Amino acid sequence: MSAPHSSHSGSHNATPAKGFYGWMEARLPALSLFNKTLRDFPEPKNLSYLWNFGSLAGIVLVIMILSGIVLATQYTPHVDMAFDSVERIMRDVNYGWLIRYIHANGASFFFLVVFIHMFRGLYYGSYKKPRELLWILGVIIFLLMMATAFMGYVLPWGQMSFWGATVITNLFSAIPLVGEGIVQWLWGGFAVGNPTLNRFFALHYLFPFVIVGVVIFHIWALHVVGSNNPLGIDVREERDQIPFHPYYTFKDLFGLSVFLFFFALFVFYAPNYLGHPDNYIPADPLVTPAHIVPEWYFLPFYAMLRAITFDIGIPFTDIVFVEAKLGGVLVMFGAIGVLFILPWLDRSPVRSGRFRPLFKPCYWLFFVCCVFLGYVGAKPADATLLGLPLQWFGLLGIVYYFAYFLVLLPFVLPKLEKVPELPVSIADAYSEKSSGKQKAAKEQNPTEEGQAE
Amino acid sequence: MKPQIRMAGGYGFALVVVATLVVVATLAVAGTIRPATAAEGGKAPPKQDWSFNGALGTYDKAALQRGLQVYREVCSACHSLKRVAFRNLEALGYSPEQVKSLSAEYEITDGPNDEGDFFERVGLPSDRFPAPFANDNAARAANNGALPPDLSLITKARAGGADYLHALLTGYREAPAGHEVPDGLYYNEYYASQQLAMAPPLTEGQVEYADGTPSSVEQMSSDVTQFLAWAAEPELEARKQMGFKVLLFLFVLSVVMFFATRRVWSRVE
Repeated sequence: MSAPHSSHSGSHNATPAKGFYGWMEARLPALSLFNKTLRDFPEPKNLSYLWNFGSLAGIVLVIMILSGIVLATQYTPHVDMAFDSVERIMRDVNYGWLIRYIHANGASFFFLVVFIHMFRGLYYGSYKKPRELLWILGVIIFLLMMATAFMGYVLPWGQMSFWGATVITNLFSAIPLVGEGIVQWLWGGFAVGNPTLNRFFALHYLFPFVIVGVVIFHIWALHVVGSNNPLGIDVREERDQIPFHPYYTFKDLFGLSVFLFFFALFVFYAPNYLGHPDNYIPADPLVTPAHIVPEWYFLPFYAMLRAITFDIGIPFTDIVFVEAKLGGVLVMFGAIGVLFILPWLDRSPVRSGRFRPLFKPCYWLFFVCCVFLGYVGAKPADATLLGLPLQWFGLLGIVYYFAYFLVLLPFVLPKLEKVPELPVSIADAYSEKSSGKQKAAKEQNPTEEGQAE
Repeated sequence: MKPQIRMAGGYGFALVVVATLVVVATLAVAGTIRPATAAEGGKAPPKQDWSFNGALGTYDKAALQRGLQVYREVCSACHSLKRVAFRNLEALGYSPEQVKSLSAEYEITDGPNDEGDFFERVGLPSDRFPAPFANDNAARAANNGALPPDLSLITKARAGGADYLHALLTGYREAPAGHEVPDGLYYNEYYASQQLAMAPPLTEGQVEYADGTPSSVEQMSSDVTQFLAWAAEPELEARKQMGFKVLLFLFVLSVVMFFATRRVWSRVE
């Protein structure tokens, strides 16, 4: 049997299809849309397992929405009842503990999957022409995810929920002139209170559907420009590609099974490992926890927020342009903001980092820098490293973070790197690579070949 | 033609990502980068070999029953356990009749009745453990200004969990020379600030166990810790047993999907 070449994709004008399919197509071509996007969609044949994480993120989003809706049927968004209602879900609702642990750990795994997805895009230049908009839509999804996760963490109304909400909403007070007003507007009062919890629940329920909307645009854009691939070269001919189904549906399902294994490991055996014990203490506005720490996926950003401990102005005068607090906020939002213009910052004509000898070490240092910033964010503000304040190293990390985007990618690397000779054909590179393996496999097991065809 | 599930050169990348995750996870487990917690400052509690540890861990019902006795006779003088209902105690191995008579030992305030009055009635299995104080202020007033926390979630609400609780209950010592402990506080190296408002709660032979177990401080602490671990995570046994089956299933599914994917991809030249 040969690879399925579907004959009915986009063909309802030529020969009218018969049966239910034909009846549907004449009225609403939803099935052919489905076919085009999930079945026949041509993908480069050389995608590595790193390309699994896009569809994986989509599946985790669905898991989060479904488990979240079920939780919402029992949760009460009121400061006096929220904590108790969560405990009721844990103790008295049938399998409530399962649903809640899936949802709570799902957030962490969602970020894990999306981080890998993003770092893959950064390495293989998936943000470069013609995929600029695809990348930007992804960054918007990431921003929405952060907002959703933050508001979701507030809902159990434990100590970290309350104090996390207090710290993060207070950030907006750093905005000159209107800051205080904005913060009170966000709170719906003069402190984090019941209106805050109420609106966070409303928005936490809304945002995932906004994310779904942007995801649809993300996938739409993907289907216009096509997937990037590890070689970073364009698809040239038909034999560079294979249809999404069955090749990538199977590969994605295999990846999903492995993912679910690790996910279940946490849900069933370490459900609170990624959380914080303080969030099992009901919120108390009169008792501040010793250390307020966000969830692990926010730690690098938290480090940026805290790193600016000095006012920025003209030295030796009292003139201050940017207060320390605003500085931290600007750095944190800048770290995400810079991702929006990344497609125009990286001026190398080569997409894949595989063919960029100087880019590679810069990229990996950037990766290490992000992990290190996470470490800094996890530590108390007065921690030390090698006898020096950890904050100083954090500052160094931030400098490199921005230097990577604003100096190395646009100015240094394109100047120093020679444009290498890139492979011409995906198909040739693919068969070259697999022919060696095939020979070895054939010698081992010569009889099975006929059955596979 | 033979299968090629290939990283297509992504090995290096995948390797670094996996290596990073492993290193971070190891450091996290080792406690070096665990985010600062409330217990910071206290000595790290020694790990205990609880029966509920491990992939298929279960609670020791005899220990839970003894722990319940310690809670009722000692802890409940100051600490509430408001999220646990008497009916939940069937999980400790009690029959419905035993639970009924146990709950009947409690007086519960109910109401208002038809006349609008609150009244006392005998406890029912559906009731939760009544709190020792009417409210937090009353609790503080009776305890030198300190608020004894509710114990329903205590092992989940403290870093170190059951290990920490057991270490704390058995960790009262003479303060080292030079360590001034203010009046009304007690030295305990496992507590974050080394001095806490709870007086050493357990003394040798304080409880006469129904099953005849000698009631050393170590024994009572261990029993009540296990009981409170159950109170915080009553779903633990069901969770671990289900988890084992789920993981087994997902492992087999992964293997099947691996070979299915290989087979499908063997058509690609």
